[in-house]
Amino acid sequence: MRPILTVVDSQRLDIKPQPFPVLTGQPLLEGRALCCIRQDRVLFEQQSLTVHAGELLQVAGKNGAGKSSLLRILAGLAQPDDGAVYYRQQTLSQAATGYAADLCYIGHQSGIHEQLTALENISFWRTASGVAAADDFALLAQLGLAGLEDIPCRMLSAGQQRRVALARLWFVKRQLWILDEPFTALDQSAISMLQQHFLQHLQLGGAIVLTTHQALQMTHQALTTLELAYRW
Amino acid sequence: MVTLYRFTQRELCLLARQKADWLNPLLFFVIVLSLFPLGVGPEPNLLRIMAPGIVWIAALLSVLLAAERLFKDDYRNGVIEQLVAAKQPLLSFVLAKLITNWLSTGLPLVLLSPLVALLLNIDQASLVAMVFTLLLGTPLLSLLSVMGAALTVSADKGGILLALLILPLYIPLLIFASAAMEAAAMALPYYGQLAIMLAMLLFAMALIPLAVISALKLNVS
Repeated sequence: MRPILTVVDSQRLDIKPQPFPVLTGQPLLEGRALCCIRQDRVLFEQQSLTVHAGELLQVAGKNGAGKSSLLRILAGLAQPDDGAVYYRQQTLSQAATGYAADLCYIGHQSGIHEQLTALENISFWRTASGVAAADDFALLAQLGLAGLEDIPCRMLSAGQQRRVALARLWFVKRQLWILDEPFTALDQSAISMLQQHFLQHLQLGGAIVLTTHQALQMTHQALTTLELAYRW
Repeated sequence: MVTLYRFTQRELCLLARQKADWLNPLLFFVIVLSLFPLGVGPEPNLLRIMAPGIVWIAALLSVLLAAERLFKDDYRNGVIEQLVAAKQPLLSFVLAKLITNWLSTGLPLVLLSPLVALLLNIDQASLVAMVFTLLLGTPLLSLLSVMGAALTVSADKGGILLALLILPLYIPLLIFASAAMEAAAMALPYYGQLAIMLAMLLFAMALIPLAVISALKLNVS
């Protein structure tokens, strides 16, 4: 199921400043003939993909089709059984630190410690990403978590925990986001807010790879879907 | 430096919320030591002779008890995976774990040593030696247990594996620490033993953080 794509007025895209370097013609991230085998089952083989700056790639497919495995390979956390991932025309091992410095990966586990409060979790990720401290109360209020800043995250609902995890996307300065099921447990308003934020990131020259079963309601020209078939 | 400070703050905050993590090993240490006089009989001379071995074995086991949960939470909720993915400051993360592990399991043992001396009829010279050996030895225990915890973090029931992996590495420390305390009890100099312990500590300090980082990376991929 491909979401409806509408062409966005290209003039409007230039209003925003472009903090991310955009290579014209060259893909930002490229997977060439990737193959992944788990427990003697071939999840995918000869799978190629390209992501340019300003593009969003939605990886779709049934449960067990290998979406998360593909994302982990793209994030450099797992090695493909065949093929290679290229970042700015370099393999991940060549681009190692440069790639990591441009990457924000939020996996299936959200990276939130249940014993810490929302504020403490956010400040941990700020420190880890090397971003200066700022007004986290305002950020949390924007994410609909006003009044819940000082409560350990285990007291929050699954959707609220996911919001805390995704708060990272509002302050990290990374060009490439790889997000595994970012919409899990989120309500409609949070989903549309997140999609708005995605759009903003794309307009700044960022790139996003994500998996979701949701149909993205975004109206953006650079939205592509990669359908992974479930194989036996 | 700022990163290390912030990460240490986070770990201390977690320790304050999860008191069982550091109180249990500490209570275990005290309980084991108080059981020995009951078990082997309250003969003061016998206790004094056995004290070095008892103190150090109890210390080893209590540190081991604290080690298992060290990385478990951060592994389960994906913090380690995401730190590795973005090559974010893993070294600071590991050092913060080390520092807080020592502050919560090693330092209390040093502070408890006067009480231990009372329980086991240790004289003053041996007490001083015990404090020195604990000061040098417990950081090494923390280093080794952090390494073991990092290696076994993805194993489901890693407890026994951790013990098998780490206890042999504790043995040199056990030998030299109890030798230093025995020497002190006989009013002999024990600088040699302390110097060897210091050497082991410095060696471990230089290499183990790197080993821990590699182990964490291995475990998430």
